[in-house]
Amino acid sequence: MTKHQSADATYTASELLCVMASRLLKDGQIVFAGIGVPLLAATLAQHQFAPHLTILFEGGTIGPRIVPGELPPSTNEQRCTRSANMLLPITDVLLLLQRGYVDIGFMGGAQIDRFGNLNSSFIGDADNPKTRLPGTGGGNDISSLTNMIVAMKHEKRRFVADVDFITSPGWVKGRRSRAEAGLPEGGLWRVVTDLALMGFDEDTREMKVLALQHGVTKEQVQENTGFKLLFDKKVEAITPPTKEELATLRHLDPDRRFTA
Amino acid sequence: MSKDALVEPYGQLRKETLERDRGLREKVMSLEEAAKLVKNGDHVALGGCHLSRTPMAMIWALIRAKKKDLTISRSIASTETDLLLAGGASRRVETSWFSQGLIWGVSKIMRHYTENKIAVFDEWSHMSIGLRYRAGAMGIPFMPSRTMLGSDVGKRLGSDFKTMTCPFTGEELGLLPALNPDVALIHVQRCDPYGNAQLDGLQFMDLDLCMAAKRVILTTERIVSNEQIRRAPDQTRIPFFTVEAVVEAPIGCAPHECYGVYEPFFTHLDEYAAITSKDPIKGAADYLQRYYYEPKSWSDYLSQLGMDAVLDACRRGRSVHND
Repeated sequence: MTKHQSADATYTASELLCVMASRLLKDGQIVFAGIGVPLLAATLAQHQFAPHLTILFEGGTIGPRIVPGELPPSTNEQRCTRSANMLLPITDVLLLLQRGYVDIGFMGGAQIDRFGNLNSSFIGDADNPKTRLPGTGGGNDISSLTNMIVAMKHEKRRFVADVDFITSPGWVKGRRSRAEAGLPEGGLWRVVTDLALMGFDEDTREMKVLALQHGVTKEQVQENTGFKLLFDKKVEAITPPTKEELATLRHLDPDRRFTA
Repeated sequence: MSKDALVEPYGQLRKETLERDRGLREKVMSLEEAAKLVKNGDHVALGGCHLSRTPMAMIWALIRAKKKDLTISRSIASTETDLLLAGGASRRVETSWFSQGLIWGVSKIMRHYTENKIAVFDEWSHMSIGLRYRAGAMGIPFMPSRTMLGSDVGKRLGSDFKTMTCPFTGEELGLLPALNPDVALIHVQRCDPYGNAQLDGLQFMDLDLCMAAKRVILTTERIVSNEQIRRAPDQTRIPFFTVEAVVEAPIGCAPHECYGVYEPFFTHLDEYAAITSKDPIKGAADYLQRYYYEPKSWSDYLSQLGMDAVLDACRRGRSVHND
């Protein structure tokens, strides 16, 4: 377990991801969240500053109440439905994305490239893969139809120039290629890692560092990335997780099932 | 489903539906009798999703009956599809996500069968699978949609996924072929002997599956009277005339969950992950021998899971009614 430290707190990489990602959300938003860091980040935002934020689960749940210490292990089980506003069939909850009701889609990633395309299908050549991964699930639908936040560990093998397989499209081949492929809306908005916060250049749609985590240098981020990063003219320093944010997070996941 | 056509010809679909006995009749039978309604080579769609309301008892019966060459489709596939591959019942799977579950890592059985090209895993986005069933349920040959474009998921499906320019707006759209499975296996909390079914909790894709399929085999936690159903018809989700067989199979999703009745058998699923990760071939064979081939009956299978495990899962499952 990597320990991160600021002047007044110690926290894990997963905790850092949860806190940083939560700060990107806004009150009143409708957020399509996966299990783990995405759900914790959305729930943390609800507790900290966004009481009117609604979580959607792929299994069909609209607006669950997350009970501290009882985080669901997947988006399809009865634990996901607790005190929810509504349960929809899967196809219909996904169609909310297509209809345009969802502000943010929020997921983790196995492999990401310079244009923010994600791979969760094959490592290696798809016809002769080194590893067959579980596949898209709703990832392709979410990334095709809304603005995405991806939270993941920053490692060279995960940040590659071109993904082996585009499971969930980001900006595809850059510039206008996403819209030209038939995806006029949405796109990868932010990538949160334990090293930095990144967005994408407005013209080329290449990944661009916007801010650095506490104590991290530009060189460190570049060293851990498998392609040349762009850096914003004014790269900011991120305020480390506060005691209050960490206390809320640890109240939500006391057994550290998702934040170890 | 005819083997040569991706989409069932409409005339054929209508004809087969009209030829079914759609009368209000009792159709209660055993797992073994219901297994005979599934033919080798059928497209079998599984209800529920991932670890929830999986029609496990019927899958158990199909593997024991040595079915072959089934095409399996499901919204999200888990251990049940592992076992359909390992038990030799299927060599083709169409789904959006296939693994035991995030907390157990990537399924070694899925990897063994797909990476060694013993079985095919066709990957569609989750909404695309759902819209394929929905098109089948609606009696139309395809559904337009706005996903899988610009990705390798769409590309890899080749001619099964097409695009068109919308004749009204000029936009580029994806076209999903309708899916009318030969058989849908659905597990519910309760239904009557005719097949009027009520289900609690998340519905997943089950309603579309029932309307799309040519035969529906229902397994149920319990069979209730038709009078019970008529007291709350607003709760009925599946109409009897889509259903071909009703089988009472208590704890019929074990070791997966059935909303409000039992949660997943997590300890058992940990053990399953451990033995199949260690050796996907021998691990699966040993598991099938102990839990699928040796038990004399479904209740004998539940005994193998253990009374403590059953009670623990039920205690957690019923807790949704405590709030």
